[in-house]
Amino acid sequence: MSSMSRRSALGATVGVFGGLALAGAAHASADRARDGRQDHLAHAGHDAMPESFDEVYQGRRIQGRPAQSGGHGGGSAHGGHHPAGYQVHVDGRELHVMRNADGTWISVVNHYETFANPRAVARAAVVELQGSALAPFPA
Amino acid sequence: MTVRKNQAALTAEEKRRFVAALIELKRSGRYDTFVTTHNEFIMSDTDFGDRVGHRSPSFLPWHRRFLLEFEQALQSVDSSVTLPYWDWTADRTARSSLWAADFLGGTGRSRDNRVMDGPFAAGSGNWPIRVRVDGRGYLRRSLGANGGLTLPTRAEVDSVLAMPTYDTAPWNSSSDGFRNHLEGWRGVNLHNRVHVWVGGQMATGTSPNDPVFWLHHAFVDKLWAEWQALHPDSPYLPQGGTRNVVDLHDTMRPWNDVTPADMLDHTAFYTFDTAA
Ligand SMILES: [Cu+2]
Ligand SMILES: [Cu+2]
Repeated sequence: MSSMSRRSALGATVGVFGGLALAGAAHASADRARDGRQDHLAHAGHDAMPESFDEVYQGRRIQGRPAQSGGHGGGSAHGGHHPAGYQVHVDGRELHVMRNADGTWISVVNHYETFANPRAVARAAVVELQGSALAPFPA
Repeated sequence: MTVRKNQAALTAEEKRRFVAALIELKRSGRYDTFVTTHNEFIMSDTDFGDRVGHRSPSFLPWHRRFLLEFEQALQSVDSSVTLPYWDWTADRTARSSLWAADFLGGTGRSRDNRVMDGPFAAGSGNWPIRVRVDGRGYLRRSLGANGGLTLPTRAEVDSVLAMPTYDTAPWNSSSDGFRNHLEGWRGVNLHNRVHVWVGGQMATGTSPNDPVFWLHHAFVDKLWAEWQALHPDSPYLPQGGTRNVVDLHDTMRPWNDVTPADMLDHTAFYTFDTAA
């Protein structure tokens, strides 16, 4: 259960955009140093990143925006997963999203089904969640 | 010798022992370590960065090794147990014996997709969902309820097995070739579509929360063996020097002591009940 307590601790910062951006920048540079994949991050982060959105969908607030951590498409608040380049939140909780090579998107709650853009991913997540709250990312 | 059998052919006793071993792994906490590992790879495997477990050539050897480790854990509980496979081209409805109350239990109720029968229903107390992406701690499914989705047919499988090249650059979800068509990011969509058809946790990064994960991947693994038998001269690709990708002789995380080359011949570890 130690992962649960770590997740609870991280939960304090999840949903706060400022905190996420700061933590994301630190982790993104650590990732780059470790893996030497800066050019790939730049690739994933720069071409045609979708615009921000903010709406209430089926009673849930969904928000999306390009990650703003060092301009390299970072944006992971926590280690253990890739820098997304784009952040999506459902009622203030971060939804882990990923862009595919063909430009489609997936999220951790719809991980085997692709969507045209982050807003469609967020709406699909709202449907899938059936009112329940996202858990903080596993740390 | 371990023989992996079609789930439809299991005896009542084989089903009972398989289920009991799953529940014991769950009780001891070992089961959830597999869920955690899988979700970590799901979230970290990316098309433009390091990719090991998914959307890459090592999707097949990675899951073969992952299933072997899980099967060994089951066998440490009951040495008679092996992983069955689910041929979803044959057992393709929610009325299959796979989903009966004496095996995996059925689909979820409409209100919240909660599985209500079988050994893994929340009411049994045996199957808490601890590694999760949302607040719900019960097993969920919505078999076939996703937009009229149907499971792949044998003809669709055969069309993918006919592809002679294992994988192609750029070695990710946009690749042509057998691996990516089997994985399902491109073309008729086999493996991915089955995850979506089951729904619930199976559609998420924590898909091993549903025991059917292992039966699904055991069949995907069998299809790899069938493909090898059809194309004996087609090698695993790529063979070396590929950035962010596991080449034939590179080691795979998280084990770091096993390569795709070590995983090519399944008969070193198990056979199937029918010729692969
Ligand atoms: Cu997987
Ligand atoms: Cu899978």
